[in-house]
Amino acid sequence: MIISNTQEIPGKSIIEFFGVVSGSTVRAKHIGSDIGAALKNVVGGELKGYTELLTEARGEAIRRMSRQAEEQGANAIVNVRFATSSVAQGAAELFAYGTAVRVE
Amino acid sequence: MEVISLLVTPVLLFGTWLTGSLLERRHLESLRLLESGSRDVLAITIEDVPPEWTVESCELVIGNVVISQDYFKRFAAAMKGIVGGRIGVYEPLLERARREALLRMKGVAHARGYNTIINVRIETSPLARSRGDGKGTAGVEIMAFGTAIDVDYATRLQMTGTSA
Repeated sequence: MIISNTQEIPGKSIIEFFGVVSGSTVRAKHIGSDIGAALKNVVGGELKGYTELLTEARGEAIRRMSRQAEEQGANAIVNVRFATSSVAQGAAELFAYGTAVRVE
Repeated sequence: MEVISLLVTPVLLFGTWLTGSLLERRHLESLRLLESGSRDVLAITIEDVPPEWTVESCELVIGNVVISQDYFKRFAAAMKGIVGGRIGVYEPLLERARREALLRMKGVAHARGYNTIINVRIETSPLARSRGDGKGTAGVEIMAFGTAIDVDYATRLQMTGTSA
């Protein structure tokens, strides 16, 4: 599966469109990393626990999107976008979407 | 007892002012060091690849960072919020986070053997506060992403004139 945020896959041409595919996941913070983050929030700086959490969750959203594209018979996803929204206290939704296509 | 509770806020403010500025200085130093070493990956916001570039493969690359402000600067920003205007203490924080996210994205591309990233986008999203009353921890996530491609070095050099 080739994933790209450009309108076309560089060096390849699109032969078939399958429509929008998307994947999302809602994650809450782990209590341990939350305590660490609370302390870090006083002195400032990077909240590493949250960075890792979001990286991992975004990977999951991309995997779900890829699986959906695969089921339709696509071999690439173009014009991928991301959206992050806070749905509840301490939880965030990570959403990835794009257009499933077949390229040569 | 009352004296102690009166002292907590000034001590916390002074302490976080010290640690906050120390961490900021250290981060800026590491950014300068890493940025000087990341010149071999070219990141551009343009989407179209020049026709003379032959691209063999491409891949989505992401770099992200969650960053938070220290207590002193939040206090200073709240004070500034009363009179309004530009909140200077937040500008370096977001700038540092964006530079860090870009560097991480370039690092991912480099590790996977790509030398150019096209259509780079940077997104900023505030994370929810963990408590219902609006207090508790909160941070800002900066995410940089783009499509990593591998371009023949000599061809790219002709286009950009430099190695970065």
